[in-house]
Amino acid sequence: MKLLTHNILTSKCLKGVTVGYPLGIVAKEVKVNEVDFNPEFISRMIQKVDWPALCKAAENLGHTDELPPTVVDDYENNEEFLKKAHHFLMEIEVMNGDLICPETGRKFPVTDGIPNMLANEDEV
Amino acid sequence: MSGRPEHQAPPEIFYGEDEARKYSRNTRMMEIQLTMSERAVELLCLPENQPCHLLDLGCGSGLSGETLTEQGHIWTGVDISSAMLGVAKEREVEGDLLLGDLGQGLPFRAGAFDGAISISALQWLEFFKVRYFNNYCLIFHLIDCRLCNADQRSHNPAKRLYIFFSSLYSCLSRGSRAIFQFYPENSSQVELITSQAMKAGFTGGLVVDYPNSTKAKKFFLCLMTGGQQPLPAALGVDSREDAPNHVAFSQKRDRVKQLRSGKAPKKSRDWILEKKERRRRQGKETRDDSKFTGRKRPSHVW
Repeated sequence: MKLLTHNILTSKCLKGVTVGYPLGIVAKEVKVNEVDFNPEFISRMIQKVDWPALCKAAENLGHTDELPPTVVDDYENNEEFLKKAHHFLMEIEVMNGDLICPETGRKFPVTDGIPNMLANEDEV
Repeated sequence: MSGRPEHQAPPEIFYGEDEARKYSRNTRMMEIQLTMSERAVELLCLPENQPCHLLDLGCGSGLSGETLTEQGHIWTGVDISSAMLGVAKEREVEGDLLLGDLGQGLPFRAGAFDGAISISALQWLEFFKVRYFNNYCLIFHLIDCRLCNADQRSHNPAKRLYIFFSSLYSCLSRGSRAIFQFYPENSSQVELITSQAMKAGFTGGLVVDYPNSTKAKKFFLCLMTGGQQPLPAALGVDSREDAPNHVAFSQKRDRVKQLRSGKAPKKSRDWILEKKERRRRQGKETRDDSKFTGRKRPSHVW
């Protein structure tokens, strides 16, 4: 699961959850891949990404690489910033661990890079 | 073997390990999926040469997702069968995968995606008639009791569809589309699906490619956010491409025949006069012609 995906995941399908965002991450295994850099795509995604949630996720994963704490002005032309954003959004992958609902504490396990978002009958 | 797999078992059971592998190795299947995926992307009407963030609903083993990657898009796939997702992982698809039940709603933030496609998945959503409950309980109760409880999905397909469509509507950005290629069982299923989609706020409709060919006929449900727009044109509706059993211009031919025969149409005044002439030539006793011959009679009411 890439951090881009984590950034758009919520637990709002569960009963009793209002926002369900952002999900906490407890990671047991994290992988770093090399993914082709597409500045146009990253630029557009930055508009949709919740930046504080991204920072928190990076923190949870204990990633020591520096992610700027806020979105820089005129980021479309700032290639360095875009590359950093690309690295965090697309190249860091959670392989094993859990995602945690901030309101109910319910855990969604991540196995082999795939989060299990299936809810039980009584939770929906 | 039934032609409708969704009548045999729910998708996560039907697409167990063996079936999942079979599905992804069948080259004819792969070719069909590829064509349908390309057509679905075409119907999305995405801005040209722009990589988009797309959703693949019922992504299965990633066949359709690969088309998205090929066209330069970044995608996330959702499927309920862990075996199929396992095959997708083995094939090293580029998209991120999620194990989830579409009928429980999509767990995404508002406006997260620029579009969504779904190939051969929608008919599974409604699945699970109650009559299968007992069979599965018998086979599976020792293995996993949760499966029996899962049969409660049968209780309300309309609700599941509505939950799915409304969560989809919210996670699509305004002005984007969702294209579903699926195999409708009957018109009431299509009715149910489209009504729930409209309820959820979508506009759009069904595009049927090659409507005159039983083999090539494909159904695409095109859902749009952001107000009423004209539906894209279907393929294979041009008369030149029609299947041979469709005959054009047959009425025109009839009219030409009539004019060519040289005889007056039956029961008209001309026909009556001709017939009387014929009788006179035969020497039969015939009334003289007058202004009343073959006149229109007021309709009788006996």
